[in-house]
Amino acid sequence: MTEASPLLDVSGLRSGYGGVEILRGVDLAVRPGEIVAVLGSNGAGKSTLNNTLSGIVRAHGGSVRFAGEDVTAAGSAAIVAAGLVQVPEGRRVFPDLTVRDNLLVGAYRRGRAHRARSLERVHAVFPRLAERERQRAGTLSGGEQQMLAIGRGLMAEPRLLILDEPSLGLSPKLVDEMFALVRRLHADGLAILLVEQNVAESLAVAQRAYVLENGAIRLSGAAADLAANPEVRRAYLGL
Amino acid sequence: MPDATILAAALVNGATQGAIYALIALGLTLIYGVLHIINFAHGAALMAALYAVLLLFTGLGVDPYVALPIVTAGMFALGYALQRMVIGPASHGRDENILLVTLGVAILLENLALVAFKSDTRTIDTPYAFATVDVGGVLIAVPKLAALGGALAMTAALFWLIERTDLGRAIRAVAKERQGARLCGIDVEHVFALCYGIGLACVGAAACFLLPSYYVNPTVGGGFVLIAFTVVVLGGMGSFVGALVGGFVVGLAESLGGLAGITLGWGENMGQLGIFLVFIAVLLFRPQGLFGARG
Repeated sequence: MTEASPLLDVSGLRSGYGGVEILRGVDLAVRPGEIVAVLGSNGAGKSTLNNTLSGIVRAHGGSVRFAGEDVTAAGSAAIVAAGLVQVPEGRRVFPDLTVRDNLLVGAYRRGRAHRARSLERVHAVFPRLAERERQRAGTLSGGEQQMLAIGRGLMAEPRLLILDEPSLGLSPKLVDEMFALVRRLHADGLAILLVEQNVAESLAVAQRAYVLENGAIRLSGAAADLAANPEVRRAYLGL
Repeated sequence: MPDATILAAALVNGATQGAIYALIALGLTLIYGVLHIINFAHGAALMAALYAVLLLFTGLGVDPYVALPIVTAGMFALGYALQRMVIGPASHGRDENILLVTLGVAILLENLALVAFKSDTRTIDTPYAFATVDVGGVLIAVPKLAALGGALAMTAALFWLIERTDLGRAIRAVAKERQGARLCGIDVEHVFALCYGIGLACVGAAACFLLPSYYVNPTVGGGFVLIAFTVVVLGGMGSFVGALVGGFVVGLAESLGGLAGITLGWGENMGQLGIFLVFIAVLLFRPQGLFGARG
């Protein structure tokens, strides 16, 4: 059995803001259909990693290949067009736009031809969004806004979905629902890069995981192995 | 009391002037709402557009209404290029820099106009300049009626663009959440330049409707832009409906204030006073403007 070639292949990635280097040589891969978790505490460089992958922060060095193409120097629009879509931390929905308009903007760069079908699909996954179609996004609850942010990401028909802290700020019940949703999207064949502080739940849902510390990958391997790793258990699971 | 025909004429005048103010203010509020900058170059852009209409008429014999698509498209292109090549790169993402850059552009344009056209005030003579139509006993000047209809049509087109099209949705998305817009693959710099271009296109259209019954000199933009700022603040910063309603409120306040001044024997300069009385009254009771969001 040969291993599928990676959908996302990151090697030696360095980046940061202004003159400050935050990522100091990150190697990471996601294969088609895989859920990969990136774990790390606040300030480890998780959001910088996401924003570099999405073309919002420019890489200082190293390379990012997506679906066989070098996208290291590509801008955010080209990266979305290629099918690498990020659902950002803090949702970043468009507060003045209706729920429906938010979703339609999700298909602005990619997936426009199948927009009606994608809208039905998102409504099937999140019936709440269908109910609130004409409501302004700014009036939704935090959990609903998180649904909307994910739904907006799905509208672009992603080949790889980056979820940045999807459980942040949600009630425990909604956190469980969120991870159930991640499983469901994965079961439909979507590759997911899950960037989370919730280490226990992330390791339970992911196949492989990376631990990011001080801008570099400290540990990596099968999620089950990392969950059993004494260092991970002590530092991240409080056991 | 003035008789009904004079009052009706003042109302029509006020509405016409209001439609032009609304058009200029819509451009200003679009630029403010999306780019979050106060465009000090707006008045100078109006002046440049008025000279473009003048030159097309005197040089090539192009009627101002025929020049509408040319001047509108030209102003759009100028705005797009200015934002993309001058204002955007020179601002380094800092709002106070953008403010100074737009002020610099305004000073440059006004002085270029002074060099090219001297400080003379110039007008054009169209065959229909003094033509009137009789609407229920009120004689309305044809250029005024064209300005009213044209400005309303432009405004409707702009509303349709913003509210109903994919580009409009992208513009509204960028206005409030740039990072989220980038992550949807929206080219934010392109949207900025488009909005600046559309803002100046509004001014270009206003110039075509204005010149047949108005004049141009290198500082003509100042008065209009002061009123446009008043309209934008009155209507609520960044609100399109506010700019439209505010334009009419200011136009009518100016025209009816002038009429009241003449009737009372205080002179016709009372129009300006009318504008600012309404302005102060609105801001006393609704500091966020008629259609502005609180906070």
